[in-house]
Amino acid sequence: MSCANKSRREFLGTTAVATASLAVAPGVMLIDMAHGRAPEEAASSSVRWGMLVDTNKCDSGCTDCVTACNTENGLSGDTSETGSQWIRKVELKDMRTGKATSLPMMCQHCAEPPCVDVCPTGASFKRADGIVLVDKHICIGCRYCVMACPYKARSFIHEALADQNPDVPRGKGVVESCTMCVHRVDKGQTTACAEACTKAGHDAILFGDLNDANSEISKRVSTFATKQVRADLGLNTGVRYQGI
Amino acid sequence: MSSIAFRQIEGRSAGYYMLLAALGLFVLFGLGSAYYMEEHGHIVTGMTNQVVWGMPHVFAVFLIVAASGALNVASIGSVFGKTMYKPLAPLSGLLAIALLAGGLTVLMLDLGRPDRVIIAMTYYNFKSVFAWNVFLYTGFFTIVAAYIWTMMERRMNVFTKSVGVAAFIWRLLLTTGTGSIFGFLVARQAYDSALLAPMFIIMSFAYGLAVYLLVLMAAYSHTNRPLGDKVVLRLKKLLAVFISASLYFVAVFHMTNLYFAKKHGIESFILVNGGIYTQLFWIGQILIGGILPLVILFHPTLGKSRSWIAISSVMVILGGLAQMYVTIIGGQAFPLELFPGMHESSSFYDGVIHGYHASLPETMLGIGGIAIAGVIAAFGIKVLRFLPDSLDDKVIDANHGSKALSK
Repeated sequence: MSCANKSRREFLGTTAVATASLAVAPGVMLIDMAHGRAPEEAASSSVRWGMLVDTNKCDSGCTDCVTACNTENGLSGDTSETGSQWIRKVELKDMRTGKATSLPMMCQHCAEPPCVDVCPTGASFKRADGIVLVDKHICIGCRYCVMACPYKARSFIHEALADQNPDVPRGKGVVESCTMCVHRVDKGQTTACAEACTKAGHDAILFGDLNDANSEISKRVSTFATKQVRADLGLNTGVRYQGI
Repeated sequence: MSSIAFRQIEGRSAGYYMLLAALGLFVLFGLGSAYYMEEHGHIVTGMTNQVVWGMPHVFAVFLIVAASGALNVASIGSVFGKTMYKPLAPLSGLLAIALLAGGLTVLMLDLGRPDRVIIAMTYYNFKSVFAWNVFLYTGFFTIVAAYIWTMMERRMNVFTKSVGVAAFIWRLLLTTGTGSIFGFLVARQAYDSALLAPMFIIMSFAYGLAVYLLVLMAAYSHTNRPLGDKVVLRLKKLLAVFISASLYFVAVFHMTNLYFAKKHGIESFILVNGGIYTQLFWIGQILIGGILPLVILFHPTLGKSRSWIAISSVMVILGGLAQMYVTIIGGQAFPLELFPGMHESSSFYDGVIHGYHASLPETMLGIGGIAIAGVIAAFGIKVLRFLPDSLDDKVIDANHGSKALSK
């Protein structure tokens, strides 16, 4: 009897702890998510940040993602030949069928980035979590990465800049490109373009961890047919497209 | 070689000082342009985010390629044992150093952050062809300087052959590196070919030798030193061989591309409907830089005239600059193809031919590089014994015998 009582007490105790854990854990997890990565903590290779663009949902007249990127990163939105464009809307028309497609194009955050391969000083680099960045302190402005990028994703800063966003330092004479809003991602937030697209009601850009089997992006990528732009180059891009 | 006397040029004539002054003026223009570009940013150049490498690269890459080619005359002497070339070797080394210095100065001053050039020597990404080139360039300077030393210092003559072999191998690696800067750009239709490395090597033979011939003939005629036909005619024959080989490589390169359906776009752009690039290819690179000089050099009478040989050399150099323009600028002007089979358009100029108009400062920077090479060469032959007193046919025969020449 006492044995049975003991095991009942144990059972009740365990259940109570488990229930309490279940109730509290998501909150703890959320707090953790909201805090993101601590500044001193290195980016982890267990994560692969990526984006999935559903071109069926992308509206050809909408440029909210571009505007949001410019605002977030302190870009002027200059579309002259010397202006920087981290993200752009590309309009496609199939030359045989006439099918029109609209999609945002930006740094594809390749797993095998040609820009990182060709950079003489190592200023172009890939973080452990897959985000491809330029170290503005050691970029000498040779523009070899601009030549090597298959996606025309990089811009060279042709003149002095004013009114910068302190989170996103930029400077004359160096190369820059989409950072996948690394300053936001490190705080546990999504990218500015994805946020703007959701806000506009299109939901065409989904940001998330490609390595986490439970993330929405992973589920979508494993359910639907997605494409990498210029997949023939074998670069294993972090940005995938659906509907092209 | 030991019985041939080498002597500095006097370098006190009005002509010499005028040459130095003119070259100096262009060096100043070049440096002033670089300062202007550094102050204002690349906004004052014709370069854009579509065409990121412009006129400075045309001049810089030409000079670097010509530098390795200029060393060839020395290599033929010490590596392949052609004794007639041995007295020509020191000038060959000097020109190699001068041209490389000119080219690298332009390349460095065109950087977005030339003030950070030290970073290029302290941070290395060994997967980068550019980083390899930093080593190849510095190594080239060192080896060629040592090579010149073994030629000029009698006690070191025994090492000339082995250092010459090292320099020859190094120069092949250097031009392979330069060609591979473009060859390894897999995403761009205009490049992405292993042929670019050997093609650049063959072209370097022609460009370097054209520069060498011009400097040799100019130096000897202005200093009233005898320069026999044997040397000039041998070198011009060699130049004709190199031009032919370059044309062959260009033909193979384009024929290969024409066979690949995915390259049809870029090929029709360069060969048929690319406007300025098509004109520069056919008129500049092929006609002026290849066919016309070949006709002149093989012509029974024109081919023996010093003036026409000089004109041919100038044409090869102009053709070389045209080739660099077509390769570097034309290759970027043709848009990247992100979605094959689709018509692309965007605010970032996807799917359209990109315009490029060189501005004065960037062109002056490029010309400044040539002037720097000129100053180094002109000053070099004044302070050190680079040039034989005489390259008369009799001197050549007396030293090396007609047997060596008939080979």
